[in-house]
Amino acid sequence: MKMKSVKNKTTIQNLITYAIVIAFWVFIQIWSKTGHMTSLLNGLLVPICTYVILAISLNLTVGILGELSLGHAGFMCVGAFSGAFFTKAMADVIPSVGVRFAIALFVGAAVAAVFGVLIGIPVLRLKGDYLAIVTLAFGEIIKNLINVFYVGKDSHGLHFSMKDVASLNLEADGEVIIKGAQGITGTPKASTFTIGIILVLITLVIILNLINSRTGRAIMAIRDNRIAAESVGINITKYKLLAFTISASIAGVAGVLYAHNLSSLAATTKNFGYNMSIMILVFVVLGGIGNIRGSIIAAVILTALPEMLRGLNNYRMLIYAIVLIVMMLFNSAPKSIEMRERLVEKIKGKNRKEAA
Amino acid sequence: MAMLEVKNLSISFGGLKAVNDFHVTIEKGQLYGLIGPNGAGKTTVFNLLTGVYKPDSGSIELNGVNITGKKTIDINQAGIARTFQNIRLFKDLSVLDNVKVGLHNHHPYSTLEGILRAPRYFKVEKEMNQRALELLKVFDLDQEADFKASNLPYGKQRKLEIARALATDPKLLLLDEPAAGMNPNETKELMDTIRFVRDNFDMTILLIEHDMKLVAGICERLTVLNFGQVLTEGETSAVLNDPQVITAYLGE
Amino acid sequence: MSFLSYLINGISLGSIYAIIALGYTMVYGIAKMLNFAHGDIIMVGGFTTFTVVSTMGGNPILGILAAVVVCTVLGVTIERVAYKPLRGASPLAVLITAIGVSYLLQNVALLIFGSNSKQFTSVVNIPALKLADGQLSISGVTIVTIISCIVIMTLLTTFINKTKMGQAMLAVSEDKGAATLMGIDVNRTIAVTFAIGSALAAIAGVLLCSAYPSLTPYTGSMPGIKAFVAAVFGGIGSIPGAMIGGIILGVIENLSKAYISSQLSDAIVFSVLIIVLLVRPTGILGKKIHEKV
Repeated sequence: MKMKSVKNKTTIQNLITYAIVIAFWVFIQIWSKTGHMTSLLNGLLVPICTYVILAISLNLTVGILGELSLGHAGFMCVGAFSGAFFTKAMADVIPSVGVRFAIALFVGAAVAAVFGVLIGIPVLRLKGDYLAIVTLAFGEIIKNLINVFYVGKDSHGLHFSMKDVASLNLEADGEVIIKGAQGITGTPKASTFTIGIILVLITLVIILNLINSRTGRAIMAIRDNRIAAESVGINITKYKLLAFTISASIAGVAGVLYAHNLSSLAATTKNFGYNMSIMILVFVVLGGIGNIRGSIIAAVILTALPEMLRGLNNYRMLIYAIVLIVMMLFNSAPKSIEMRERLVEKIKGKNRKEAA
Repeated sequence: MAMLEVKNLSISFGGLKAVNDFHVTIEKGQLYGLIGPNGAGKTTVFNLLTGVYKPDSGSIELNGVNITGKKTIDINQAGIARTFQNIRLFKDLSVLDNVKVGLHNHHPYSTLEGILRAPRYFKVEKEMNQRALELLKVFDLDQEADFKASNLPYGKQRKLEIARALATDPKLLLLDEPAAGMNPNETKELMDTIRFVRDNFDMTILLIEHDMKLVAGICERLTVLNFGQVLTEGETSAVLNDPQVITAYLGE
Repeated sequence: MSFLSYLINGISLGSIYAIIALGYTMVYGIAKMLNFAHGDIIMVGGFTTFTVVSTMGGNPILGILAAVVVCTVLGVTIERVAYKPLRGASPLAVLITAIGVSYLLQNVALLIFGSNSKQFTSVVNIPALKLADGQLSISGVTIVTIISCIVIMTLLTTFINKTKMGQAMLAVSEDKGAATLMGIDVNRTIAVTFAIGSALAAIAGVLLCSAYPSLTPYTGSMPGIKAFVAAVFGGIGSIPGAMIGGIILGVIENLSKAYISSQLSDAIVFSVLIIVLLVRPTGILGKKIHEKV
């Protein structure tokens, strides 16, 4: 009997999470239909979806797998560039922007997944601080490489270079698609809030179902005790890599969504560097490490709030910094944990007395 | 054929011979004890048997199959499961899920089937829940199935570790100080449970223990380890009355 | 000749990395934590000297002293407020907090000084050394940086080997529990470690800004990360390792800037880190650690 109640509890919790996302969509629809939505806020809707997806996917690595990744923006970057590249390069072959965008989402997911495997194999052999710093290093390497990457297209097909536009040797009618530090310009703006929400829901289905399955249990077992997991026959490398790759792949999708919301896409420190990785980490930490619903809410609030309260935007990063420190001290400091436990006990004791 | 046949097993760490020329033969269905003073190398033997360490020399055969130098997960699949001296549960998972992780390899469905909630997901999960609850019942843990593992009292955590190990469907079960930290009542109860497991699961059990009452009460044969070497072996009562063994424990 | 000049500049840059890496490696060795904010202490040192020398028109020596004092106090305060309460917490929590502190320092500096880069006036006023008929010119800053690094290294090694506090540091880095039982005040030892590391970061900050005179709130972040790479390269916890790692890294960075690509030099430095960690995770001079089962 007891068993059933637990299982239902998880299911209900998950349904609430889906409901919150759908309610948010309905709320925004009504808000914009009644004409009260500012253009500032309207411009934030797709980025919010992007950040929500990124936060959920990073939570898979940090909360469920239990490894700190500081290079999540690198996977987003790979997804963004491969997705936008696909949409632009296939313009002649597939005329419909919608179809190209839909395929681009898969392309971004697939390329980011490949990078997830390639980076995950060496990285996941490390632990703790070293793993974190190496993911940071990979993120920066990806950003640096994309900044010197040139791709052009003419009747002979694609041309690549790591130097400059001239060395692409394009024909006169050729077109440069990725232009080094200037990145990709003229990607069609195909991303909408509704598409964003659909992608959020798909991400949620994947992550929540994964967590509550055999695979998810194996991943969490590794997080809780690697040696014990190995002793019951769990393949550590396989599941770590699987979690890392799924996380990377979803970040890639977020990147495609992000890229199709901008007319010009360049890999700068701000959007794909270490700063972005940290920002996503802030969402995960504020929402509660391992708490998927928390990640969603934190990403929405921390993105919308500083923009909405005018003047607060200058302090945005400062607020993030303070949030990180205070959350960690509150949640993880042994003294704070002890104090909270005592407080809970006190309240419980009081209730018991009142009941008696 | 013996269930476990270990010959000439040795390993050293930085010049120190932690285990030297260890040997043991355990027959199917036997309840076998590995005893010895602190630091004698008992847990190191377990770590060698389960592939946590690779031996420098020697051979380990499980049911006639050579498993020397294999990886931990392969050894588990070959049929050895263990518990740990310092409890190693999946502390943030539920009691039930701890056992279900143990069932992992015998109840497969793919990651994709899990994500897409394919029919096989529901079927296999149901089987796993039933099997896990059966196992928990053996250890009187079924009432706590939805507790977080780290919220269990100490004695029950030890039992949960045994349940999890059994879930992997082993041929040989290694218990590393199962009674550590238990009171006399709990220890007595544990002895009954270990016997029950041996009889009902058709299990061969090798255990490390300091509680001589437990050892004398349930083990049929013993090996005594001292300074990484086999001091003596044989029938429990004979070994426990051996003056050599008493000296090793009490010192000169 | 140009190769020699790149090499010398690389050694000079590497000396700065080495001084920063000393702070990382000491803190990691003793408090077992990656102090992500260490790089930003450099930036604070740079801004302090800048304020004293350029804004207030003070003496450069006064500027350096001010930087050392401010950074030392800051380092100890950070340790006390943000890290000490987390002793015994998960490494993940400590690392995230350190990242938070790093962000806090950057953004406070951003609010005070703005994001425009400030022109830092070099504190070194000795003329460049001309060699080989003027074909090879070594700037005053380069000479001072390399000499500072050697002096610091010598002083630090002497401090650790010859003083009671130095021995206490070694003891705490070996085994915190045992050190406590031997009557060593672990908290005080860790605080002193942070103080020394931060003072060194201040000096590194002044040298860095003298050699590369543009100062922004993000000035410390990249050199900080690279210095950590250097510390890992040399073997975390090892003082000579930090020195060797720093210099090798500085040389690699400068030579790849000169001969491969200036845009990719960071990528190359990070690749070195990845290769080192995969091939020899304990670095050149580091110790091997076994996990107990």
